[in-house]
Amino acid sequence: MKNFLISLCLVLGVALPAFANTDTIPLDKAPNKLNDLSALQNGAKIFVNYCLNCHAAAYMRFNRLKDIGLTDKQIKDNLLFTTDKVGDTMKISMDAKQGKDWFGGNPPDLTVIARSRSGPGGTGADYIYTYLRTYYRDDTKATGWNNLAYPNVGMPHVLWELQGQRRPVYKEVIQHGHPTQVFAGWQQTTPGKMTSIEYDTAVADLVNYLQWMSEPAQNTRVRIGVWVMLFLLIFMVIAWRLNASYWKDIR
Amino acid sequence: MAEFKETSPDAPLSEKTLTWIDNRFPLSKLYKEHLSEYYAPKNFNFFYFFGALSLLVLVIQIVTGIFLVMHYKPDAALAFASVEYIMRDVPYGWLIRYMHSTGASAFFVVVYLHMFRGLIYGSFRKPRELVWLFGCAIFLALMGEAFMGYLLPWGQMSYWGAQVIVNLFSAIPFIGPDLALLIRGDYVVGDATLNRFFAFHVIAVPLVLLGLVVAHIIALHEVGSNNPDGVEIKAHKDENGRPLDGIPFHPYYTVHDILGVTGFLLVFCAIIFFAPEFGGYFLEYNNFIPADPLKTPAHIAPTWYFTPYYSMLRAITNEMIYALILCVLAAAHLGATKAKISTLLKGVVVGTAVVAVALMLAIDAKFWGVVVMGGSVVILFFLPWLDRCEVKSIRFRPDWHVYLYAIFVVNFFVLGYLGMQPPSYIGERVSQVGTLFYFGVFLLMPWWSTLGQTKPVPDRVNFVAH
Repeated sequence: MKNFLISLCLVLGVALPAFANTDTIPLDKAPNKLNDLSALQNGAKIFVNYCLNCHAAAYMRFNRLKDIGLTDKQIKDNLLFTTDKVGDTMKISMDAKQGKDWFGGNPPDLTVIARSRSGPGGTGADYIYTYLRTYYRDDTKATGWNNLAYPNVGMPHVLWELQGQRRPVYKEVIQHGHPTQVFAGWQQTTPGKMTSIEYDTAVADLVNYLQWMSEPAQNTRVRIGVWVMLFLLIFMVIAWRLNASYWKDIR
Repeated sequence: MAEFKETSPDAPLSEKTLTWIDNRFPLSKLYKEHLSEYYAPKNFNFFYFFGALSLLVLVIQIVTGIFLVMHYKPDAALAFASVEYIMRDVPYGWLIRYMHSTGASAFFVVVYLHMFRGLIYGSFRKPRELVWLFGCAIFLALMGEAFMGYLLPWGQMSYWGAQVIVNLFSAIPFIGPDLALLIRGDYVVGDATLNRFFAFHVIAVPLVLLGLVVAHIIALHEVGSNNPDGVEIKAHKDENGRPLDGIPFHPYYTVHDILGVTGFLLVFCAIIFFAPEFGGYFLEYNNFIPADPLKTPAHIAPTWYFTPYYSMLRAITNEMIYALILCVLAAAHLGATKAKISTLLKGVVVGTAVVAVALMLAIDAKFWGVVVMGGSVVILFFLPWLDRCEVKSIRFRPDWHVYLYAIFVVNFFVLGYLGMQPPSYIGERVSQVGTLFYFGVFLLMPWWSTLGQTKPVPDRVNFVAH
């Protein structure tokens, strides 16, 4: 038995790190602000203003935003553009055909996008956080934009007014005996409305909103989970003593 | 029929009621036979929790399943959205759904451990062959249940996983394409497939499963439980006919199982509440993208519990067929020269081998992959007749049997890991060796299980009081 467990550990120890990163660039870690209501509200505002025109979030109801501290009135006054009912889901008026004509593909629904983009390289939040911060000017593309995390992306840089225009800087290094171009950083070509730090914060808020929207019950889930675990731990002691008191007769 | 009993007029109401029922239904008899006077060996260890836990998970799956069906829509256009509806708009729907999705994986964890227990302690040996056979049938039904249930969320992995597996059936000569069409109900996986899988998942297979579970338990209670020492407790009975090493299931193992259930729930709830996706193993990330028949994912892999078999399926390439032909020829040669059987039977062995080789050369390797995948589960049914060791339990077998089983387990994990990975040259070679080893262990068991010096089996069970 002991041998078996040791070999098991060895096998898993060798096997699991093999889930190596296969993404084009390593993903940045998205800050976790899932318990920061003002960040989530700011993210919701950016989402509704910038994303919810081409992308829908068809499984998400507007009034669920009450979970992140907004009131029905606030939602109605500030966030409802596509509908007038606060109980509606976040649908858009653009149809799939238009999406295909304009961007080469229908923009995906964003309700659970943060969950679906998780992978060996990082969480879905990490991916979106990196993706929205690695757009650059590329005049060879139809939209004029390209992306380091998602090369040849169909979506233009929707947040470009905030970030300004940038281009990646490469340096030449020798890899495996060959000169290779490696990404070395960014050069700002035109300034945006936000500083680099402000922009990162805004994207982090948006990403946290997307992460929250992908599973609105997640904070509740963890909160209930703590109590369930506490109950089970206490019950475990009772079950253990109950078992022992019965089994003391068995010789 | 039992004798009709009368109660005295001044007996308490509870006694009167029980007598009334007992005269019409064997309530007390069933309670005694299966709980209070079912004598189980007192030396059960950790591995013996998993039978009761399988039953617990079955109940969890049925109850959560009922509530999910109240809100789920088996319609290709609505299914994905209805799952998200359950996750968002149904009160505590997320909890029910996570219990069900985590329960599916938990079912396989406890059932694999339950089967492993049976394997190492010889619980499938005479007179428990039928217990084992019912158990294997349960495992088969469980695989069907899990496979069809996985289509229902209608995500990308649901869709393409079903597409890949159903397409396998089309590799069967002559009837294959029509069979695949019959299973799908369409030329690609679609609404018709979703509807029939739903019907099987919520009605047909659960009914079969329940029936088999009842048969499994009745058969077990007829012959009595095995134990880690593999000795028969019924060989030593007291003057009342009770096994000396047996204790009543209730209360001793019911309180024991409450402890086991609590331990299980600690792990189960930790996953449900803190890591319901379990790193993409229990809920695959790709499955949060709605099914799209026009977009094939770059890498399609079944859920973790199927990957060892999927690995064996992928291991059967055209090259591997030659290795298998060599195995068949070697077996026929041994049968014709070494086996102590009549000349006529030897002729049959050689003839069968020649036909098998001809078929292996004539039919596509993909078909043999399907045969191997099916065979890897079906072979479990034959275990009671393959194992010919003098002793049942691993405790009294030669030490190297322990190592062999350890390698078997590691091999199973390696196959499982490779089944999750995209195909690779090294992976293919390793999975081919793994497949040969997996089948080798079973097919050569009549030979190797008789080798080596077994240790003396005690008369009574080993038991250290708690």
